[in-house]
Amino acid sequence: MDTMADITGASMNRAAAAAGVERSTAEPVNKSAARSLYAKRLRIHPKAAHGVFRRLKWAIMAVTLAIYYLTPWIRWDRGPNAPDQAVLIDFPARRFYFFFIEIWPQEVYYLTGLLIIAALALFLATSLFGRVWCGYMCPQTVWTDLFIAVERLLEGDRAARIRGDAMPWTVGKIARKAVKHAAWLVIAVLTGGAWVFYFADAPGLLADLVRFQAPAIAYMAIGGLTFTTYMLGGHAREQVCTYMCPWPRIQAAMLDDESLVVTYREFRGEPRGAHRKGDSWEGRGDCVDCNQCVAVCPMGIDIRDGQQLECITCALCIDACNGVMDRVGRPRGLIAYDTLTNLQRRTTGQPPRFRLARLRPVVYAVLIAVVGAVMLAAFSSRGSVELSVLRDRNPLFVTLSDGSVRNGYTIKIINKRHQGRDFRLTVSGSVPAQLSILAAADETATVTVGPDRLASFRVFLTVPAADVRGESAQVTFVVSDTASGDQAVYDSVFRGPSK
Amino acid sequence: MAQGREVDQSSGTETTGHEWDGIKELNTPLPRWWLWTWYATILWAVGYWILMPAWPLVSSYTTGLLGHSQRAVVAQSLAEAKQAQIGYTSRIVDASLAEIEADPALLEFALAGGRSAFAVNCSQCHGLGAQGGPGYANLNDDDWLWGGTLDDIAQTIRFGIRSGHDEARVGDMPAFLRDGILDQAQVEDVVTYMLSLSGEAGDAEAIARGADVFAEQCTACHQEDGVGSHELGAPNLIDGIWLYGGDRDTLIQTVAGGRAGAMPAWIGRLDAAAIKQLAVYVHALGGGE
Repeated sequence: MDTMADITGASMNRAAAAAGVERSTAEPVNKSAARSLYAKRLRIHPKAAHGVFRRLKWAIMAVTLAIYYLTPWIRWDRGPNAPDQAVLIDFPARRFYFFFIEIWPQEVYYLTGLLIIAALALFLATSLFGRVWCGYMCPQTVWTDLFIAVERLLEGDRAARIRGDAMPWTVGKIARKAVKHAAWLVIAVLTGGAWVFYFADAPGLLADLVRFQAPAIAYMAIGGLTFTTYMLGGHAREQVCTYMCPWPRIQAAMLDDESLVVTYREFRGEPRGAHRKGDSWEGRGDCVDCNQCVAVCPMGIDIRDGQQLECITCALCIDACNGVMDRVGRPRGLIAYDTLTNLQRRTTGQPPRFRLARLRPVVYAVLIAVVGAVMLAAFSSRGSVELSVLRDRNPLFVTLSDGSVRNGYTIKIINKRHQGRDFRLTVSGSVPAQLSILAAADETATVTVGPDRLASFRVFLTVPAADVRGESAQVTFVVSDTASGDQAVYDSVFRGPSK
Repeated sequence: MAQGREVDQSSGTETTGHEWDGIKELNTPLPRWWLWTWYATILWAVGYWILMPAWPLVSSYTTGLLGHSQRAVVAQSLAEAKQAQIGYTSRIVDASLAEIEADPALLEFALAGGRSAFAVNCSQCHGLGAQGGPGYANLNDDDWLWGGTLDDIAQTIRFGIRSGHDEARVGDMPAFLRDGILDQAQVEDVVTYMLSLSGEAGDAEAIARGADVFAEQCTACHQEDGVGSHELGAPNLIDGIWLYGGDRDTLIQTVAGGRAGAMPAWIGRLDAAAIKQLAVYVHALGGGE
């Protein structure tokens, strides 16, 4: 067994917690016993954990990182007039492409709907399963996990790292640290790089980036994200979750007595103490005080102190403790996902109960369904042509030499297909209006709008003197595709002189 | 009274040496970082005075060694903007007005340029919507004094009406009463006749008398049936659109005192491209011929 340098400088403890289980000297950063008002930050070196939840975290990390890095490279053919990237936020052309969906800037309310659904989904997940976002899916968690894994790969596990940090600065130490920081920077640059590929065509932008011909903003964005990824994932780590992020505090409000949290079963574990092989387990708790749960915690807390703000419910302590329980021959689940009411029930000997269909999750689920349905309905009723009519306000109307009255309009037609289309413009209403389009090719009131474009036209409506009805009359403009018959309508008015 | 300076024990700072009713004040030194930043800002200020425009003098100002001037920056930006448009403006200068109207890209540019030039130069008299007012022509309708074709409009813009330019358009509506050509009764009769041409009822005898006066005095310019003449700038008297007002009193005033409205000549004030764009814009307001 290797000796381990205690990070607080206390004397080394070689005692084993149980047969085949070494006692870690890891101290939690925020003990319930001795809290000070101000404490300097102590660097945490989480030990590697092995188990179901660790494997789950690896899987989620792989999936989320794969989605993040690979999505910009997926191709989607939209024809010759449009970009062929599946997910693209095209700022210069002001479009958002998502596979078969194309959103114009006027339709940004879909983003609102998406954000509402995302927020409600987060609330739903939290009310049911606790802080699973924090522990498994949050980018800070994923990237910090990745950075710690790289650090563990290059510098060894917890014991080796603490030893290495305590040693004087030799050339070897400098080289090792440099390699680690270089690896971190590479990951950080790739993160920033992946981000900018969402905003431009990925293959083209990559070629420009390596040839130093990309726009300055691309380099600045990559630089900024490199800096933040490196600092937050490499250095700030758990400080982000404890001090910077508002989500822990919101999550704390989201949790209730029936949400899943990581619980230490005090009724089973106490009184804790070292266990010698062959000793009885009567009259003592299952906790052998090996401190493995503290050693593996990426937040540096002791879950045996109870629920804490810092606990991101990543369940690595569950994996560590289950491993130890297996080795000492006790049942698993000394630390486990459970609800606080169940912890209460188990403590008093009652059977646990999991209630998923509580009012809060049901309300969230219903709201998600409603918002989703509204968005789906709005989305499926999107037309491929849109019409907007701006009536001239200055002058309101013009009286012509034969006494007829004329109103001017600016018509804006949006063609959402990726090929140019011809549209016929007609007007109907309570007054017999003659329609003419400025600079029209012929008398048929047909205009051409390019692919994926907005075109505007000046249109005049003229009504003979005898047919002018009062100061204001309703008219309706209808624009219809000459080929497919797709239509859009817009109501306006026709104004005349006051009688 | 100034007393000896002491050193305060808990902070290690000297006192100022003064005491007021037993109260002493610590003379805490300014933080070094603050002090040096302050010195740096002073140095920066002096450097700025020397290099950049800074101090007002009696009727000018110190221009600074770098010779930077915001006016020059703006003039530069304007020149660059004009240069950026050279592709279109040179084509507009070369093309005829009809060609500009036939080319969609040129037309779009000319309409936009015409709209902004109109707002700056013409809207003061003709209104932002070009609807004019009493004495200022409504450019939206199809009633033109001097013709509404593209070339007519361009001519009017270039040389104006009674503008003093050699090639200005000049019309002549005499002051029939003031100059003694007609008397009051005749003026009223001819106005009654004129209104009757547009269908307004009036005393039959007055109309008959007015018809004679009209045939004698008015047909030379306004033509037999009152339709007016674009060559002479005589308005159409039967279409219900009036430059100064179509009510009886105003019409009497027009005949009695004459009219001589003026429009400035824009040649020399606006460049050729701007005048052409304006002509296209006005023609496209809806009433162009």
